[in-house]
Amino acid sequence: MVVNRILSLVFALVTLFNFSASAIVVEGEIDNGSEMSAFILHHVVDDHEWHFYGEGEKAIHLALPIILVDNGLQVFSSDRFSVVKVDTLHGHHGEASVEKYAQTEDGNYALFHGKIYKTENGVLNFDEHGHPTNTRPLDFSITKNVAVLFLATIIMILIFFNVGKAYKTRGVNSAPKGLQSFMEPLILFVRNEVAIPNIGEKKYAKFMPYLLTAFFFIWIINLLGLIPFLGGVNLTGNISFTVVLALITYFITQFSGNKDYWKHVFLPPVPVALYPIMIPVEIIGTLTKPFALMIRLFANITAGHIVVLAFIGIIFLNKSAGWSALSIPMGLFISALELLVAFLQAYIFTMLSALFIGTAVEEHDHHDDHH
Amino acid sequence: MSLGAIGAGLAVIGAGFGIGKIGSSAMESIARQPEAASKIQTAMIIAAALIEGVALFGVVVALLQG
Repeated sequence: MVVNRILSLVFALVTLFNFSASAIVVEGEIDNGSEMSAFILHHVVDDHEWHFYGEGEKAIHLALPIILVDNGLQVFSSDRFSVVKVDTLHGHHGEASVEKYAQTEDGNYALFHGKIYKTENGVLNFDEHGHPTNTRPLDFSITKNVAVLFLATIIMILIFFNVGKAYKTRGVNSAPKGLQSFMEPLILFVRNEVAIPNIGEKKYAKFMPYLLTAFFFIWIINLLGLIPFLGGVNLTGNISFTVVLALITYFITQFSGNKDYWKHVFLPPVPVALYPIMIPVEIIGTLTKPFALMIRLFANITAGHIVVLAFIGIIFLNKSAGWSALSIPMGLFISALELLVAFLQAYIFTMLSALFIGTAVEEHDHHDDHH
Repeated sequence: MSLGAIGAGLAVIGAGFGIGKIGSSAMESIARQPEAASKIQTAMIIAAALIEGVALFGVVVALLQG
C-alpha cells in the first residue's frame, strides 16, 4: 500500500513537470541601471519555473511542481500562477511604485518576487516598504534549483555506475575503455594531487568517497550553469546549497579529529593565563574555515553569472545592436574564463576540505613540545 | 553611483594586490627552482584562494547593500 502511494505521488509530481509557453510574470521594458540590476538578480536566484528562452507569451519554460503545507498538502503546477495583478504602492516617502505579482486562478496563493504568499480574500497587502504582509505557507516546492540538483544527481549516477561497472567486469588492472578512460585521470588527480598530499598516505582512503563526490558534484553543477539555453542554472551560486556542502566538510573534520587536534583546540601550547582568549579563538577558528568555503563557492559562481549577464545586458540597456561588438566578445571571454573557474572552484573546495581533514587527522611529533 | 559599487571596487584593489604579490613570488620561485614548480603552484593556489575568500566577503556585503 505504502509503495503504491509513493508511486502515485511520484507519478503526480512527474506530470506536473510540463513544457509550455508563457512565463509567470511579464517583465517590463528595461530603461535604467537599477532595472537592469533587478533583472540580473532575478536571473541568478531560485525560481518556481525553469525558464529557457523567450519572453512573455512566447517564453518556453518548464513548469515545476509547487508543494505547500497549508491545511494539508497542496500540490499543483506553477503554471497555475497565471493571473497577473498590478498594484500601485505609495512608499513612506510618498513615491509611487508599480508592483506586479501572479495569482493562482482560484485566487488562493500569490507569487511575488519568487516567494509564495497566502492571499487574503484574493489580494496581497503591502506595507510601506513594499513588502507583503500576508502569511507564507511552508514551501517544499521543487524549484529550479531542486530540479537541477536532481539532474546533476542523475548525471552522476549514470557516469559513476557505468565507470564502476567497467572496473568490476574488467578488473582494476586492465586498460580503461570509453567513458572510463575519461574519468580515470580525473579520479587519479583527486587521489594523487588532492587527497594524498593533504591527508597523508595512511589515512586518505577513508575520505576519498567524500572528496570525489564533492569534486564531481560541484564541477558538474558549475558546468550545468554555463550551458546556454539551459536557463542559466545557478545552484552552486545558492548560499543554502554551499552551506550544506561546507557543513558536511565541517562535521567530517570534527568527527575525524584525533587527540592532537582536540588538544590543540582546548589545551593550546600557550601560558594558562591566555586560555580564556585562546580557546574561544581556536573554537571560532574551526568555524571560519567552513564559513570561508561556503562564501567562496557561492560568491565566485554568482559573480560569474552576474558579470556575463551584465555584459549581455549592455546591449539592451543602450537599446542598440552596435554595442554587441563590445559586449559579445567580452561576454564570451568571461564565459570561457568561467569554464576554468568551474573546475578551479571544484578543485579548491575539494583541496581545502582535504587540507582541513588533514590537519584534524595529522599525527604530531611530540619531541618539540614544551621547549 | 552607489556606495556598494565603491565598496566592491575597494575589495578588488585589496585582492588584486594580494594575488599579484603571490603570483610574482611564485614566478620568482619557479624560475629559481623549476623542479619544484608543481609544489609551488599548489601552495600558490591555496594562498590565492584564501585571499580571494576575504575579498569575496567584501563583494558579498557590497552586493547585499548595493
